[in-house]
Amino acid sequence: MQLAKVIGDVVITRKDENLAGIALLVLQPIAADGSNVGRTLVAVDAMGAGVGEIVFFVRGKEASFPFYPTEVPTDAGIVGIVDHWDLG
Amino acid sequence: MQIARVIGTVVATRKHLKFEGAKLLLVQPVSLDDTPRGTPLLAVDSVGAGVHEKVLIVLEGRAAGEALGRKAAPVDAAVIGIIDQVDVQE
Repeated sequence: MQLAKVIGDVVITRKDENLAGIALLVLQPIAADGSNVGRTLVAVDAMGAGVGEIVFFVRGKEASFPFYPTEVPTDAGIVGIVDHWDLG
Repeated sequence: MQIARVIGTVVATRKHLKFEGAKLLLVQPVSLDDTPRGTPLLAVDSVGAGVHEKVLIVLEGRAAGEALGRKAAPVDAAVIGIIDQVDVQE
């Protein structure tokens, strides 16, 4: 999983039927110091996150597990909203 | 599996229910000479690792779910051991 900031959302009318009703958000992965790192991506949202929030997301097939038994065609999904993180 | 160093902890109240009670760690993958490699990532902790410790992580969903002891958990990384020592002979 990785930390990311929600920076936008995606609206799609014509889409795979198993994506129906699922929010798609644009994520900017961030480093441990909060700075942007890597490319932005689109992820399905299982947690009701909003723009501006810091979240953590999972990559791969596992991103579809929160929607089981619906087989959501995704490779990235938000699975938690971060309260805070601490560096040792 | 990869070697990583635990660099922090993450607290999230709203999270998928499969994460309930799981400890989330920020880990930095490292090379054999201990230099950081790539971006830090979040891993669930199944062994009780702490900040600054060198650990072994799996970076694959099924294995991470098994480490957590839960099926169909939306996880892709888990700490599965705390490294005492790495010996490399060339």
